[in-house]
Amino acid sequence: MSTRLPSHGRLIDRSAQVTFTFNGATMRGYAGDTLASALLANDRMMVGRSFKYHRPRGVVASGAEEPNALVGLGQGNRFEPNQRATTTELFDGLTAVSQNHWPSLDFDIGAVNTALARFLPAGFYYKMFIHPQPFWKHVYEPFIRKSAGLGRAPDSEARDADTYEHFHVQTDILVIGGGVAGLLAARNAALSGARVLLIEQTAHWGGRAPVDGGTVDGAPVDKFVEQIVSELETMANVTMRLRCMGAGVYDHGYALGYERLTDHDPDAPGPRHRLWRIRARRIVTATGAIERPLSFAGNDVPGVMLAGAMRDYVVNWGVAPGRRVVVATNNDDAYRTAITLKQAGVDVVRVLDARAAGGGALMEEARSLGIRVDPGRAIAKVSGGKRVKKVAICNQDGIGGAREDLSCDAVAMSGGWSPVVHLWSHCGGKLAWDEDRAHFRPDPDRPPLGADGRGFVVTAGAASGALALDAVLDDAAAAGKAAAKAAGHSPRRGKTPRGETTPEAAMEPVWLMPARADTPLRMKSWLDFQNDVKVSDVQLAAREGYESVEHTKRYTTLGMATDQGKLSNINGLAILADALEAEIPKVGTTTFRPPYTPISMGAIAGEARGEVFQPIRRTPMHDWHERNGADWEPVGHWRRPFTYLRPGETVHDAVNREVKNTRENLGLLDASTLGKLVVKGPDAGRFLDMMYTNMMSTLKVGKCRYGLMCSENGFLIDDGVVARIDEDTWLCHTTTGGAEHIHAHMEEWLQTEWWDWKVHVANLTEQYAQVAVVGPNARKVLETLGGMDLSKEALAFMEWKDGRIGEFDARVYRISFSGELSYEIAVPASKGQAFWDALIEAGRAFGVMPYGTECLHILRAEKGFIMIGDETDGTVIPQDLGLSWAISKKKEDFLGKRAQQRSHMTDPNRWKLVGLETVDGSVLPDGAYAVGEGVNANGQRNTVGRVTSTYHSANLGRGIAMGLVLNGPDRMGEVLEFPGTDGTVFKAKIVDPVVYDKDGEKQNV
Amino acid sequence: MLILRCPYCGNDVDETDLAPGGEAHIRRHGPGSTDAELTDYLFQRENPRGVHFERWRHAAGCGKWFHAARATDTLQVFGTYSAQTTEPPQEIRDAITKARPGWSWREFS
Repeated sequence: MSTRLPSHGRLIDRSAQVTFTFNGATMRGYAGDTLASALLANDRMMVGRSFKYHRPRGVVASGAEEPNALVGLGQGNRFEPNQRATTTELFDGLTAVSQNHWPSLDFDIGAVNTALARFLPAGFYYKMFIHPQPFWKHVYEPFIRKSAGLGRAPDSEARDADTYEHFHVQTDILVIGGGVAGLLAARNAALSGARVLLIEQTAHWGGRAPVDGGTVDGAPVDKFVEQIVSELETMANVTMRLRCMGAGVYDHGYALGYERLTDHDPDAPGPRHRLWRIRARRIVTATGAIERPLSFAGNDVPGVMLAGAMRDYVVNWGVAPGRRVVVATNNDDAYRTAITLKQAGVDVVRVLDARAAGGGALMEEARSLGIRVDPGRAIAKVSGGKRVKKVAICNQDGIGGAREDLSCDAVAMSGGWSPVVHLWSHCGGKLAWDEDRAHFRPDPDRPPLGADGRGFVVTAGAASGALALDAVLDDAAAAGKAAAKAAGHSPRRGKTPRGETTPEAAMEPVWLMPARADTPLRMKSWLDFQNDVKVSDVQLAAREGYESVEHTKRYTTLGMATDQGKLSNINGLAILADALEAEIPKVGTTTFRPPYTPISMGAIAGEARGEVFQPIRRTPMHDWHERNGADWEPVGHWRRPFTYLRPGETVHDAVNREVKNTRENLGLLDASTLGKLVVKGPDAGRFLDMMYTNMMSTLKVGKCRYGLMCSENGFLIDDGVVARIDEDTWLCHTTTGGAEHIHAHMEEWLQTEWWDWKVHVANLTEQYAQVAVVGPNARKVLETLGGMDLSKEALAFMEWKDGRIGEFDARVYRISFSGELSYEIAVPASKGQAFWDALIEAGRAFGVMPYGTECLHILRAEKGFIMIGDETDGTVIPQDLGLSWAISKKKEDFLGKRAQQRSHMTDPNRWKLVGLETVDGSVLPDGAYAVGEGVNANGQRNTVGRVTSTYHSANLGRGIAMGLVLNGPDRMGEVLEFPGTDGTVFKAKIVDPVVYDKDGEKQNV
Repeated sequence: MLILRCPYCGNDVDETDLAPGGEAHIRRHGPGSTDAELTDYLFQRENPRGVHFERWRHAAGCGKWFHAARATDTLQVFGTYSAQTTEPPQEIRDAITKARPGWSWREFS
């Protein structure tokens, strides 16, 4: 059993007891525990079931690399699945539940998959779920979805109860990792005067060096850590953060830090997580190393742990993972675990050293403590269901026969250490294979390159492949100085602290234990614990022709779990290399991708949620609309009233009321959102002649002209009314959604093509409130307000004038998008609400009603006016829309002119704009296609047109529509068929697009 | 995420504050051009592994367009310069030559 020791436990406070629950059972731990150490102290070795076979799984590691101990944390709005118990700091009231089992952790139906394991090999899903195709949707998909995923997703109604934020930080040097290497590198960098940000993912400085022992300048490592931390804390140019993980390294020195502020103290105020968005001149990765498991049969039975992790549990948290422990290793470091266990009073049954010659000084030390060491021996098989019961041992150099059984309840394994190269690799740093230590380490000659073409990442300590304390300190000291120098600072000379530790004998790579294990053993030797990938799976993949490590990864799912193969990658590719009879470096690694460990969605979103997710643009009259029943429609970032609902009205009723009233009495439209660009300068006319298809330079001062804008590809991109203000000033109205990008479009051409033209463009959209006063009573209401002469004689159609209306300075455009007598009146934005109020007040006598965008759409459709985005979709040219009259024949050039001469653009078979009138008066479905004779290559009916705008017209009492139809204008009166999505077929006659007041008599009064 | 120095305001600008504008130094072909010229102008683009010239706009800053010379493979930036030119200035070409002797891109080298 695993239990709390009376001794050890440098990180726990035995005076502060903490209560928590696991699967509903109340347990106790100490402040400073992780959830994993507390579970082990409560003899809870088995903490979950595996993904595919539902095998019992226990804690394997003590840090971020943990593949098994994933739990659901918290409740309700704070529930989160797949949280690592090893990196979860214990707090009072913590609730955790285990995952991937039914009905309970100890009794699980899905465990039957273990018995079926031989039928669930690598690529099982690809092989099984391919035939027959009709099963895909309703048989296979539900099955696969049910099996997918480890933890339970939070309830769909749950809303994250916490807050999150982003920090934007610039620094000279970012040091990732606060172990002895990171601390020393940070100090040496900071002594140069450079600004240093030092982040550490755990809650403690010093990393694992204090556990591993040794001395620095003759003093224990603990002392060194204490002293260098207090030195760094006094330096004004150093920022230090614990619980802050280096999540990713990106181009040009961009890095992400993931700070967990209150996970260990959920009642504390402030944001829960903080995402640090860091720009650093140079980055030092001091990310340490991760121990590799050994591949032997039953290496996934609860109680089998990494040797280093077992040492951590004893030294850091005073927890013994077992009473009788067998140690299996291929290197000297695992002897430190054997020695630590022995000194803590745990029975170390045997050390199995796969090396025929055994180890060095550490082995001798272990032996001197009375620990039996068997060189050249290996684990053949671990037995036990939910807990290790015994191990069968054999010769490493064999197939696993001639076994001897050892009774034990825990196994410590060590396959050697691999540097954490993830952050180095994220942005293109290359790796070198270290034959002696059997690991990939960063190749300092091929670093990630920055904007200056030089490497911007330096590794320090174990992350460089320097594993012994003395080498770690030397490497880190140099890395700190190198980073400072590269960032433009002068590092100080100084003595490097001298590390001393017991020298180690060379390790020997062991990729399979025993070396020639037979098939039954290989089928129980796990590589990837979280995704249930075994040695036999990778070998099968190789036999089936998967040679690329990237393909093998996807086929077997090796390394594709949430731990991204931190334990399994090197072992897996070594097995693959062996099966392919290739060298490991030739096989290579899979791609390392950020984040290093999963980060919360909340941290990624930061403050951008709810109302601040996207700012809303409001017109000056927004609040009035809100108070008066506006049914909002998003238009770009604006909100515009779709219609104004009166009590008891449906949207349809409201729209019809507005449509009729505007034609019969008086309507008011808030048109403030329309883009208003001022184009000014001696060359403004010439410039606008290039921007618009029409001639704008000849427009007379005081006049307006409807203009079309095309892209250089010839396609229609925007339209609007242009007014000439004075000799060198034009005001261009754009669509609501177009103001910003048309402004940018103009700037682009001015800055990059005609930069010698004297023109300025300014976007004045928000400077004005603009109201369309529309309907037969439009002039009357304005005359009631008094002021400027707005008679037909004083202000003719398509003219504009400055003046005063009532008490308001106004610019009045006599333009119409409705076909009614209409004035669009711009007043300063600050006067918008007052002006609107005055119109509403004065309008009462004339039947005034505000109207929304849907009414606007219907009125314009009745008049056959096009709408950008309805009649256009980026593939439509003005000629398609019967707008050739708005394309100047006189101009030599304008944007899109040349492209409109291309053969496809002049093709007589382009679909052209027509009106569509349903035979029965119904409303055509929007976007419906008209079908013609024959079928296409896919067996679908050939299409001959489509609906672009469709509405119910209350004025005409029937549906109206426009559409683009093959040879449409030549087919007036012909009836087309439009199949609906529900099997019905709509029939509509091709008619003129203008269905209301064709001669324009209403607007010219 | 790239950093480019805006030659107008002198700031080192994050990619999130920039808008990309595709290839630089493309000559406009309007009315009177051949179909082949038009096709080149509208559609044909370089896609090099290595030295490349691009247009960027400091969209969330000063709003100015500028040009950048950079390597698409290593993301090294050789320099940024005014968009109001039809060819890369000599100091930019020299900076590229220093890092990549023998480079060429379209008609420039």
